[in-house]
Amino acid sequence: MKFTISWLKEHLDTKFKDNQIIEKLTDIGLEVESFEKVSSDLDNFKVAKIINAEQHPNADKLKVCDVDIGEQNTVKVVCGAPNAKKDLLTVYAGPGSVIPKNNMKLTVSKIRGVTSYGMLCSESELNLSDESDGITELKSNNYSDKVGKNFFKNNSEKVIDLSVTPNRPDCLGVRGVARDLAAAGVGKLKNISNIKIKNSGPQKIKVSITKDKNQGCTIFGSCLIKDVTNKESPKWLKDKIISLGQKPISAIVDITNYVMLDLNRPLHAYDSDKIDKEIIVRNSEKGETFEGLDNKEYKLDNSMCVISDKSGVLGLGGIIGGTRSGTEFNTKNILLESAYFLPRSIRKTSKLLNIDTDAKFRFERGIDPQSIKIGLDKAAQLITKICGGKVSKFDVQSIRNVKKNKIKFKIFLFEKITGFKIKDKEVIKILIDLGFKVSKKKSELELTIPTWRPDITQPIDIVEEIVRIKGFNNIEIIEPQKNRIKDTLNKQQKLFHFLQRSVASKGYYETVTWSFTDSKINDLFKENYKEIKIVNPISSDLDVLRNSIFPNLAFYLKKNLDRGFRDISLYEIGPIFKDNKPGDQLTVIGGIKSGRISRLNWIEQNRLVDVFDAKKDTIQTLIEAGYDRHNLFIREKSPSYYHPGKSGSVYLDKDDIDPVAYFGEIHPNIIKELDIKTEALVGFEIYLDYLKDNKLKLKDLKSQFKFSDYQKSDRDFAFVVDKHFKAQDLIEIISSIDQNLIKSVKIFDVYEGENIPKDKKSIALNVTIQSSEKTLEESDLEKINKLIISTVETKSGAKIRS
Amino acid sequence: MSDIKKIKDEFLHKLNTDLNIESINQIKSELFGKKGKISNHFKNLGSLPAEERKKFASDLNFVKDELQEKINKKIKEIETKEINSRLENEKVDVTLPERNIVQGKIHPVSQVIDEISSIFSEIGFSVEEGPDVENEHYNFTALNTPDNHPARDMHDTFYLDDKKELLLRTHTSPVQVRTMLKGKPPFKIIAPGRTYRSDSDQTHAPMFHQVEGLHIDKNINMGHLKGCLNYFIKSFFEVDKIKMRFRPSHFPFTEPSAEVDIGYELKDGKIVIGEGDKWLEILGCGMVHPNVLKNVKINPDKYQGYAFGIGIDRLAMLKYGINDLRAFFETDYRWLSHFGFDPLDVPSNYRGLSR
Repeated sequence: MKFTISWLKEHLDTKFKDNQIIEKLTDIGLEVESFEKVSSDLDNFKVAKIINAEQHPNADKLKVCDVDIGEQNTVKVVCGAPNAKKDLLTVYAGPGSVIPKNNMKLTVSKIRGVTSYGMLCSESELNLSDESDGITELKSNNYSDKVGKNFFKNNSEKVIDLSVTPNRPDCLGVRGVARDLAAAGVGKLKNISNIKIKNSGPQKIKVSITKDKNQGCTIFGSCLIKDVTNKESPKWLKDKIISLGQKPISAIVDITNYVMLDLNRPLHAYDSDKIDKEIIVRNSEKGETFEGLDNKEYKLDNSMCVISDKSGVLGLGGIIGGTRSGTEFNTKNILLESAYFLPRSIRKTSKLLNIDTDAKFRFERGIDPQSIKIGLDKAAQLITKICGGKVSKFDVQSIRNVKKNKIKFKIFLFEKITGFKIKDKEVIKILIDLGFKVSKKKSELELTIPTWRPDITQPIDIVEEIVRIKGFNNIEIIEPQKNRIKDTLNKQQKLFHFLQRSVASKGYYETVTWSFTDSKINDLFKENYKEIKIVNPISSDLDVLRNSIFPNLAFYLKKNLDRGFRDISLYEIGPIFKDNKPGDQLTVIGGIKSGRISRLNWIEQNRLVDVFDAKKDTIQTLIEAGYDRHNLFIREKSPSYYHPGKSGSVYLDKDDIDPVAYFGEIHPNIIKELDIKTEALVGFEIYLDYLKDNKLKLKDLKSQFKFSDYQKSDRDFAFVVDKHFKAQDLIEIISSIDQNLIKSVKIFDVYEGENIPKDKKSIALNVTIQSSEKTLEESDLEKINKLIISTVETKSGAKIRS
Repeated sequence: MSDIKKIKDEFLHKLNTDLNIESINQIKSELFGKKGKISNHFKNLGSLPAEERKKFASDLNFVKDELQEKINKKIKEIETKEINSRLENEKVDVTLPERNIVQGKIHPVSQVIDEISSIFSEIGFSVEEGPDVENEHYNFTALNTPDNHPARDMHDTFYLDDKKELLLRTHTSPVQVRTMLKGKPPFKIIAPGRTYRSDSDQTHAPMFHQVEGLHIDKNINMGHLKGCLNYFIKSFFEVDKIKMRFRPSHFPFTEPSAEVDIGYELKDGKIVIGEGDKWLEILGCGMVHPNVLKNVKINPDKYQGYAFGIGIDRLAMLKYGINDLRAFFETDYRWLSHFGFDPLDVPSNYRGLSR
């Protein structure tokens, strides 16, 4: 919503200064987005000084000038004027400027091989005089200190740009804004001067509103104006229209627009000679078409509210008129429409047809149904004044009476909601100033809501009106109390925050990426999940919700590698989506690691990242989160985007069916497909939703502290086992032989090759044996040794290596 | 007697010269070996007359101790010298780089979420969450934004089906609805999370973060709302004084509604919060609309309260001097390194929000 202060003052009698008005507007909820002059095309013309003028290398009559336009660097301009010389003050027009004389738009161009940025102008080109022999010469005593300044003064008035919230259609007209300001104490709302126009003769074109189901029009007011002379608008009207950033069209159109902006009362003018017999306001039939004033052909559906005549559709009521009945400069007789359309109907139709117009914007928010007549009055008066003509009597068809809504308002509600009190008298004054009719019964007000305020339906709305006008600064701060009824975080949330920092502490950088991704990348990671398309994606490469945490991580890893980084660890914790219903999502923490460990390190051996890096980060994170390493169980199963032989899944318990995590090297095909330029790439994913939380708190979990002071013994073994036999199983077999005596089992070597059969491997382990009851004797140790060997041999088919 | 004096002087003299460990051992055996000079005297003690024997034995012991002590001292000296010279040889260049350091980073959004949670925890709020995919009902209708409401146009919504029933939540407000439906008042929650709008330019990203706040109880009014936000903003920006302005606005789910601006000034191109006469909009808030309460089966005559929604990314930008919103989501390793936080730097009430 745009308007000028002077326009506002046509409705508001005030002594307030501009900046006070601006401040007040914001204070009462009409946010001022800007208050400045509309920029003019003429702002492109600057006072400039020629610093140097040289002969053009390829043209005798041209010069190449270095021109100071008040910026850091001079610009080069090719100029043919004989008077262009060093130190001349003149007028410069930059690229994009439009030359007033011939409306030519300037571009950066090459003139005989030299690039020219803009132009130096003659007086004739600027419409200042007929002088066209050379460029404008400015007197140095007037202009020498103005280099870089605008040559033309911008005489336009400053324009207020209001951001009007959707609940306030009344403030889409200048009068509504004036009313709010008056209520807030900024002057007095002027009465609308009684318009006296001579209405003579009946409105001869019959108007009817059909009783269709869901009829979108309830009131249709109109008048005929005969023998008008349509023309360009007078200057005052043109200036008003231009100041709002709109284009003047013709007096009749400009007047209807002016009344709309002034009173928020949309109108439409038809060339009445083009109307076939009568006006019928009805529902459209499927397949009907018409050409809108935007020169687009619209194909209608059922039940859209149309204004029609005997030949068909003229326009969409309250949205857009049609070309068939549009006014032109040669229009002689007009029918002026001032109607009321239901917001719901307007919104539905405009959405279906995807039309946005000023009228639509206003009707869908709610127009004052009682402004039919005033709109016709004001427009008819202006039209007859500017274009002449005779106005008929007003014809108002209506299928529903305008209801005056009333509500009861208990005054104490104001204090209950806002926490502060104001006098009843003041409450009443504010409401009356806003246009309410008020009658007081004890502590209750009976209020008649002004018809221009469709947003007000219940007592809480009244509270808002009063506190908004009175000022939010009157609300007293109540300091918050520092008591807590509930834990801040639940267990799952604690786990989230814990894992987030746990993974970061292992050298990963946390990233936050979109929850959506490129379906082409997503395909590589989505496994069995359903693809979830976004109907209206922001771009075609962000077209699906991510089924995995990896697509974006891989994408951005690649971007960073392309920037020249090599050893990068990234992770993200966030949602992945299984389906498109609320709740069909899982929280995953996923990490990705590329390149080498200890690259270019003078002391440490450098090596490629591998599956055991990913495994370590996964397992350590789980241990830090409170899961016992001894219960964690590894299987080879993993999603297809991992290297099938170098990846695995982690289970909280051997008997669990669902893994809580995956780790491994990323499948080489994926690396190739995404063109990720790295020597090695590993990753892991931990599924927070599958991490069963301990019901007990740590304080209850801790068992009694027991330890043994008896001597411990270490024994080393080497077993030759089947190549595919799992180390985890070997450890499990040994550990479970005697949990009282066997304290730990450590693998210190795995060997395949010489001296070992081809399908076998050798695993060397160190077993720590300690009793909690006594110091073990050699014979005890010998016994357990033998037991270890025989058990392993029986259970695994291994052979002890001698 | 003169004999042992002679031995003593002779060997003390020897021991005062520059010796190595071998020559000391030589001296040791010359004195105390089987046929050593001192040993011999001890052997001969028995042949002395009883009256001389006592005195001589005493003198001999005295000399023996003195020499022994001298020898020990000398050995110590040599050992010290040897170890010192060995250590001197082992010297390394300690200015060489240390072994690899791995340092991860926490994203500024996560850090700021932790800061926010920490502040609200202090005044009794707990954290709630809701799904990123919402249906039209929770995101709009239940929040008093029916289908034909123009306010729906203010949210550029991502839809997941043609019927426009499934969508990515455009704000965290649906968490209010879900929270109130599953529990009984009073409610005092915050709900941080991802939100989505199909809007993408220099200052808008299609995904961003909000934190929702909701406090419903029997007599919660706008004074409490102001107090809560005043406390939060001061704590968050870690300043004692803050200039705050409540501006009337409109949100379908609150009434009265307000937008909150905070005062700032520009110092050397950097935004300084709390002073100056410029205003910066940072959040929207209001009293929960009675229609919303009715929609979740709460009697608005009995219970009332406030709600607010704050842009987390914007808070992070303001506090930590980040200029570009889009950069938050672009995963530039250099940016993450520059603006990321150390994982051990956990915001807390007692230790302070930020270092």
